Amino acid sequence: MSSSGPVIIAGAGQAGFQVASSLRDEGFAGDVLLIGEEPEFPYQRPPLSKAALEANHNGASVFLRPPKFFEEKKIGLQAGKKVVSIDRAGGSVTTCSGERIPYQHLVLATGTRNRTLDIPGSKTRGVFYLRTIADARGFGEQLERAKRLVIIGAGFIGMEVAATARKRSIDTTVLDIAPRPMARAITAATANFFHNFHSSLGTKIRLGVEVSEIVVENGAAAGVLLQTGERVDADLILVGIGVIANSELASEAGLAVQNGILVDEYLKTEDQNISAVGDCAAFPVRSLGNIRIESVQNATDQARCVAARLAGRVDCYTNVPWFWSDQSTIKLQIVGLVSGHDDVLVAGSPDEACFSAFCFRNGSLVGIESVNRPADHMAGRRLLRHGIPISQDQVEDFKFDVKALEAYARTAALEACP
Amino acid sequence: MPSIILIHDDGTRETLDVAVGTTIMHAVVAAGKDGIVGECGGSAMCATCHVYIDRDQEQAKSLPDVSAVEDAMLDSATAERRETSRLSCQLRVTEAFEGLEVRLPERQL
Ligand SMILES: Cc1cc2nc3c(=O)[nH]c(=O)nc-3n(C[C@H](O)[C@H](O)[C@H](O)COP(=O)(O)OP(=O)(O)OC[C@H]3O[C@@H](n4cnc5c(N)ncnc54)[C@H](O)[C@@H]3O)c2cc1C
Ligand code: FES
Repeated sequence: MSSSGPVIIAGAGQAGFQVASSLRDEGFAGDVLLIGEEPEFPYQRPPLSKAALEANHNGASVFLRPPKFFEEKKIGLQAGKKVVSIDRAGGSVTTCSGERIPYQHLVLATGTRNRTLDIPGSKTRGVFYLRTIADARGFGEQLERAKRLVIIGAGFIGMEVAATARKRSIDTTVLDIAPRPMARAITAATANFFHNFHSSLGTKIRLGVEVSEIVVENGAAAGVLLQTGERVDADLILVGIGVIANSELASEAGLAVQNGILVDEYLKTEDQNISAVGDCAAFPVRSLGNIRIESVQNATDQARCVAARLAGRVDCYTNVPWFWSDQSTIKLQIVGLVSGHDDVLVAGSPDEACFSAFCFRNGSLVGIESVNRPADHMAGRRLLRHGIPISQDQVEDFKFDVKALEAYARTAALEACP
Repeated sequence: MPSIILIHDDGTRETLDVAVGTTIMHAVVAAGKDGIVGECGGSAMCATCHVYIDRDQEQAKSLPDVSAVEDAMLDSATAERRETSRLSCQLRVTEAFEGLEVRLPERQL
């Protein structure tokens, strides 16, 4: 480790904040400096597409901690400053204001940015994205008076916003080129449930359609044109078509990047003095290669792992990923990595909006998607964390008995880890 | 503004004024107090806002019942689940909370 300077964290989002905060929890006494491009204090993004958009939103803060927390914990915070380059040989970063700051260790927590829609009319007033507080404020204001909302992209953010918009009786259409909502992330079984559920709320879901143009009238977006020539009217458009990792800082400094900043099992880049965590980091997972996960759990758990290492405790990152999404009355919880599964067993009842999809690969449980069945989810976290085997036959047996599965997971976990 | 009393695991007590309508989780986090993490932001998804609330106290009579989701999540809280366990993100403060004692567990993670 280079000897002088603070631990610098580039990016003051969920992961960056957690690195700083956990360093203090771990008893790290050195200087800690959090540098973030956004002008706000660190905040959470999940409410931006959920509670923060609701009409009766009670104004609960999205900020992770109050300003005085940073003073009390002696965490330096430079908000509204972007790190623009890294001098690895000299061990320093330069910010947009031209300041050069030496570091002892650098943690990259730069997150992702929205993939933008690049079609005629897409830069028009009335076309929104949702990633930052500023985005949510702008979009939220428009939602107050919107009559017809078109959402381009049926991913988590698009579907969460659709649910909120329907609560406010806004005419809502979701368009996607994919064959199912949230198709990249969830199984067909669960996606089909959500398709029906959103339809029952009155959301129009149009799949397998491509948007070719934003219709502009009087300088503002007035609808979208589909490839087929069909026009869908709108007075408000939200684009949610995925994100791109902010990895330029790393690649310009000569670090390996491949759909994210490549790190090893300790979340270290190939430079001993630089780590990467959260949405921007591509970390190794057995049998899947290096992957990037976009979730709060991944951001905070990776942050804690790096903070522990910097404080002298060394452990590789092996946490089981989990994720949630709130859509109207439905709570979706996902544990594990279901990509590449070859078998799905559904327990419970999709008709009653209460079920779990257990996903297997080569006979092993790789993940569970739970809809309003939190007990399955929590049992799954235990099973996967402790590597407790469970066969498809056993899941069949537990299919209608959540408590039995929970008890099995609990007992086996105690045996695995007394 | 009703005040609630936070009792930390080491026995220290402090009073926290909370605006009506705020959840106990949000109030504690927004005040920068240790003891509650609130990782999921109040969605009853993480169980890192676990607290103990003694039902015998008068103020506890106005608490909402434990929902099925809260129940399942409490089973997986890091600190021991007790009769008195609640998820503080599911408890929205009303005037009737004045003086409510909220005990924080030893660990949330
Ligand atoms: C609307 C929305 C809803 C979501 N809902 C959920 C959900 O329900 N459940 C869930 O698990 N996850 C959800 N997520 C995902 C979750 O918020 C992210 O996975 C998490 O925020 C990742 O944390 P991070 O710190 O890696 O990145 P971020 O929180 O994005 O923070 C990165 C920060 O780095 C800053 N930055 C970038 N480059 C630089 C630079 N060069 N210098 C300085 N600063 C820089 C950025 O401005 C940003 O503030 C949601 C995300 C969004 C946008
Ligand atoms: S804050 Fe996550 S369960 Fe309460």
